[in-house]
Amino acid sequence: MHIVVCVKQVPDTKIIKINPKTNTLDRRSAPAILNPYDAHAVQEAVKITKAIGKGTISVLSMGPPQAEAVIKKSIEIGADRGFLISDRAFAGADTLATSYALSKALERISKDMPVDLILCGKHAIDGDTGQVGPGIARRLDIPPVTNVIEVAEVNESEKTILIKRKITNGYELIQAQIPCLLTVEKEINSIEYSPMPNMIKAARYEPVIWSVNDLEAVDRTQLGLKGSPTIVGKMFTPPKPEGGKRLEGNADEQIQQLMELLNDKKELLQPNSNK
Amino acid sequence: MSEKFDVIVVGAGPAGTSCAYTCAKNGLKVLQIERGEYPGSKNVMGGVLYRKQMEEIIPEFWKEAPLERPVIEQRFWMMDKESAVSFGYKGLEWGKEPYNNFTVLRAPFDQWFAKKGVEQGVLLINETVVLECLTENGKVVGVRTDRPDGDIYADVVVLADGVNSLLAKQLGYHKEFRPDEVALTVMEVINLPKDKINDRFNLEDNQGCTIEIFGDSTKGNLGTAFIYTNKDSINIGVGTTLSSMIKAKLKPYDLLDYLKTHPMVRPLIEGGESAEYLAHLIPEGGYHSVPKVAGNGVLLAGDAAQLVNAIHREGSNMAMASGTMAAETIIAAKERGDFSETSLNQYREKLYQSFIIKDLEKYKDAAHTFEHYPQYFKEYVPMLNRAANKFFTVDGTPKKEKQKEIMKSFTSERGTIRVLQDMYRAWKAVK
Repeated sequence: MHIVVCVKQVPDTKIIKINPKTNTLDRRSAPAILNPYDAHAVQEAVKITKAIGKGTISVLSMGPPQAEAVIKKSIEIGADRGFLISDRAFAGADTLATSYALSKALERISKDMPVDLILCGKHAIDGDTGQVGPGIARRLDIPPVTNVIEVAEVNESEKTILIKRKITNGYELIQAQIPCLLTVEKEINSIEYSPMPNMIKAARYEPVIWSVNDLEAVDRTQLGLKGSPTIVGKMFTPPKPEGGKRLEGNADEQIQQLMELLNDKKELLQPNSNK
Repeated sequence: MSEKFDVIVVGAGPAGTSCAYTCAKNGLKVLQIERGEYPGSKNVMGGVLYRKQMEEIIPEFWKEAPLERPVIEQRFWMMDKESAVSFGYKGLEWGKEPYNNFTVLRAPFDQWFAKKGVEQGVLLINETVVLECLTENGKVVGVRTDRPDGDIYADVVVLADGVNSLLAKQLGYHKEFRPDEVALTVMEVINLPKDKINDRFNLEDNQGCTIEIFGDSTKGNLGTAFIYTNKDSINIGVGTTLSSMIKAKLKPYDLLDYLKTHPMVRPLIEGGESAEYLAHLIPEGGYHSVPKVAGNGVLLAGDAAQLVNAIHREGSNMAMASGTMAAETIIAAKERGDFSETSLNQYREKLYQSFIIKDLEKYKDAAHTFEHYPQYFKEYVPMLNRAANKFFTVDGTPKKEKQKEIMKSFTSERGTIRVLQDMYRAWKAVK
């Protein structure tokens, strides 16, 4: 069983500040971390290979050379090896160009060792799009299964996998053919405290770094900024709501004031007469 | 049995990293374990980094290390309620290579320094707590971490795990601190625009200034306050011995608030935005508190060995020097193939022959004297301020008479004999 987990380095959005002048993320203000959903994807890969008793876990990322930190983090969790595609040609990619570049890297990986399963996080916490995973599946012509909360069974001989996924008002149990691609929710597992040998392996590990020239049959017009039709029109911080009134006094007084306020503004509560 | 290293260094502060760096540079297989998320995430210091010891490890480090400002002025204030007698030195030559010292923020600095170690081949592991030293037949042979499969082995373990070294305590090298052996320091990093800092502290470009404040900054208790300028922030903090805090029923954060709103200090930080609040213990026991520093398969460095000169606010430099000496000892021990206490005691000899223990010995009674005789901070600082006020107030009194009056006020307040006694005692403590 060969599982590839696609991971992304993201700014820690719990801490990040927004530059009030330019309305863009001030990336210097937050440390770069492994996208939390991706961490769960790596953990799930570890769980699956443990359950089967064998298998190889590769992680794949695209980004600047510093992104090797998230590959090392993945090794800590239990991945066996990591690949980073890093090249100026990839810079400025939107989800379309990113999924193209990653699918080319996946083709290269599967040439050496056929890939049975691809795992991704549900989305990255910096962009929240959730498009790259399904984009890769589409390009590799394998089924995507999103919002996975449980991998119930992997049947290697039948080449099937039984998956539970979250939908708006319940759950869905799906049997899929492998190879396929899953994007996972956080509740799929809890990240385990990495054992010491993994930590030592990660500290020592040097990921394979590929440039665009290391990938085969690449259409360069589909890469990076050139291959990205997405245009960000505007980015802004939602304005803080202004005005409002704070009711003071004890509970009875506050209720009294509230009733008066509602009475004054009761026209706002009427059904819209223009309709 | 899991993998064996030449050296395991516990802690990635200045002591641990100096040791790990030097060992790895000399070809030893080094594992460094840090409990924080990254090196520097748990470390606190006022913020002055001395050039000399750092330079001995990484020459011309100032060209690449994340430093704040080279310090070109050091001020000292003897502060009373509404006044301060100050002296200091400003030297523009300190703003040029090779510099004297720098202000730093520890989080970026420690990360950078640890990365230099990794470049030399140190295996650095973060977010991992060392629970205990593993011993076999009385020799330390490794450490037990809090991770699954967490035992790791090495010829030598270096404990650079900071002031409250639980590992040194477990080995019986440390006793529990007495409250007069440690100071509790609290500090804030206050963001302030660069031009405001330069105006307020009379600086140009990237010049830095440090102010050490005695007297009312600690409400007359044994301790000091400090204000250091960073690029676009100010470190302000205050510390006193735990015993003083207990005796005077002081709360550290109250003391910091008192300092921040003190009329002599307030204008310097006015309008700034608090970015960080930090607190840390500082080993101030000095010479008498230095524990056993070398054992069978184990060495102590930096704060864990209580190597801080409180009088001169030197600590990180002693940490680095001791870390380097530990490394040199280990390299020599490796050549001999002997990691016994006798072999590693070379480290103790190095320490005791160096400026570190010599300086601590010079001031070995200072803290005790000032703690035991509180008049120095409580009475002499206000007296000095009153004297200066009298001397510099122009009121038609001839200067000679003023001098006489001042001398008289000194001796009448405390008595001639006692003043002489106090002076002799202070001189003896710091001579």
